[in-house]
Amino acid sequence: MTAAASTRAAGTPGAPVPPPGPGRGPAVRHGARRLASLLRERPSAAVGLGLIIFFVILSAIAPLIAPYSTTVASGPVYAAPSARHWFGTDDGGIDVFSLVLVGGRISLIVGAAASGVALIVGGLIGVLSGYFGGWTDMGLMRVTDYFLVIPDLVLMIVVAALWGPSLNHVILVIGLLLWTTTARIVRAEVQSVRERVYVRRARTMGASNASIMARHVLPQIAPLLIANTVLCIAIAIFDETSLDFLGLGAPNTVSWGTILEHANDHTAATYGAWWTVVPAGICIAAVIVGCYLLGQALEDSLNPRLKVSHFAFKSWRLRPLVGRGDKAI
Amino acid sequence: MIRSDYLLKRVTFAIVTIFVVITLNFFMFRVLPGTAVTNLSKVPNASAQLRRELRIEFGLNLPVGTQYLDYLKELAHGNLGISFGNQQPVASNLKTALLNTLPVVTIATVISLIIGIGTGVLSAWRRGSKLDHLSTNAAIVLYALPTQWIALILLIALSRYLPTAGTTNPFQIGPVSFWSNLGDLSSHMTLPALTLVLTLYGGNTLIIRSALLETLGEDYMLTARAKGIGKRRMMWSHALRNAMLPITTLIALSFGTIVAGAILMEVVFSWPGIGQALYQSVQQRDYPMMQGGFLLITVSVVLFNLLADLVYFKLDPRIKA
Repeated sequence: MTAAASTRAAGTPGAPVPPPGPGRGPAVRHGARRLASLLRERPSAAVGLGLIIFFVILSAIAPLIAPYSTTVASGPVYAAPSARHWFGTDDGGIDVFSLVLVGGRISLIVGAAASGVALIVGGLIGVLSGYFGGWTDMGLMRVTDYFLVIPDLVLMIVVAALWGPSLNHVILVIGLLLWTTTARIVRAEVQSVRERVYVRRARTMGASNASIMARHVLPQIAPLLIANTVLCIAIAIFDETSLDFLGLGAPNTVSWGTILEHANDHTAATYGAWWTVVPAGICIAAVIVGCYLLGQALEDSLNPRLKVSHFAFKSWRLRPLVGRGDKAI
Repeated sequence: MIRSDYLLKRVTFAIVTIFVVITLNFFMFRVLPGTAVTNLSKVPNASAQLRRELRIEFGLNLPVGTQYLDYLKELAHGNLGISFGNQQPVASNLKTALLNTLPVVTIATVISLIIGIGTGVLSAWRRGSKLDHLSTNAAIVLYALPTQWIALILLIALSRYLPTAGTTNPFQIGPVSFWSNLGDLSSHMTLPALTLVLTLYGGNTLIIRSALLETLGEDYMLTARAKGIGKRRMMWSHALRNAMLPITTLIALSFGTIVAGAILMEVVFSWPGIGQALYQSVQQRDYPMMQGGFLLITVSVVLFNLLADLVYFKLDPRIKA
């Protein structure tokens, strides 16, 4: 998707002759084919994608299928799970099943938006740093190093506390502290891409830096960027949950993090009300496992080194000399 | 790179980072919207005079440069300010908190590393086997569960058997022996430490497994195999020793995770450590404590990173040519 969008953006609109290189159609089809083969080869990727899609759909239709209100009591306080309340009720007599359904919306939105911010910032810094090298690289990587060392959650807590709680702040705080690994990975990849023959040829032909970056470098690193973003979503949801738990999330909203926060603040443990805690945690874990499985499968499929092992007892084999997959020799 | 060069570079980086953190710490609390005074003077009917007095009391009427220099000067003397919360020096508050946090975090990190190396090696060894799948999937699930959730579940499940809050039993009266004190402390420490072990274990075992798998594909492993070296020796002294390099780096980078885990764990178990201190300072908008806590945590993470770099240096004989 990123690849297609960038190639399209780089093409001159309204030019009489269509610009050479991959157009929108082939790039998208190529990406889709690659994804399909990945899903076939690695069941874990399919499981991951399935989990993500399941929760996205569930959150999208949450208001329609939630059986009770998330603001008005619909049963006794801390009622155990029953046929009427599948996940019981919380300290205010509110149905936990409805809370968990609706809570997923904020968690997923923050996760996606924050990793979007991280993708843009990290991608930009990584591409600039890897492409230009020299002083630009040194300066940008120094900044990245500092951010990499500073513990994320601590800085997030302080910044969120200073800015005051709001949904946009949470997204920005998480996104602006999440980009470091993206930048590092992108930089390393761009450094190798920029020396490839086709890039050098484009430069010889007089292509500007901007157009080389947009049309030749970006499509190459797009798969890696997507894999990294999927992994970022997992971390972003984790961070959002933690911030919410510490009372620094968006006020007056329901999310999986605030469900846990209320359970802790209102001593659900003393009442043994495990049903207020368990469902939200399992949902968080399921989404994160989904992102992890998909992201890891994408990343592994880009790293041929992992396909070889000189050790495994059962299936040890030599690194193929030529070709890949079935055609390997 | 020459050895002393490498050392010098790492130490310089750590010092510069600490300086950057100090500067960030100063400006973050002043430049960002919502300074201490704008919040303090949110009192209903705060007069202009009160606001002016507050500004003078906190030295906010001085130029920013002077304030910054003052801050550095006081910091050099170990003065982190006075907590709004309990009117005690921030430094002494933080010292108590740090002494409570360090034992739990250290014990949990060491235990999770030992178990993580064990299962990581085992599952890389038997790659693709049932054992590998089981261990990896368990690790992924543990890695995906939020710390606060693990803590709450342990709290609900085990609250009948183990103490769930604080560091000591407040009802112990009279002189108690050292051993019963130690027993009391360790029974209080069990659940917090267990929470952290479970949080860190998943990530550790995944890191170790994938680092090992990378080295297993290297050509020197093929050479070792061709030489007829035993499996055991091949794994421990060829693969793991080389895999230790990326593992050290990744563990150094995970100090942030450890800190985050500690904060969430301490909030659930009311463990009076550094994370709890930071949480309370946020709740009470206790800016000096927040600033001090941020500084202390960040500087310790930077120093532990430096330590990891030095370990790396010790592990990798190639950094000298």
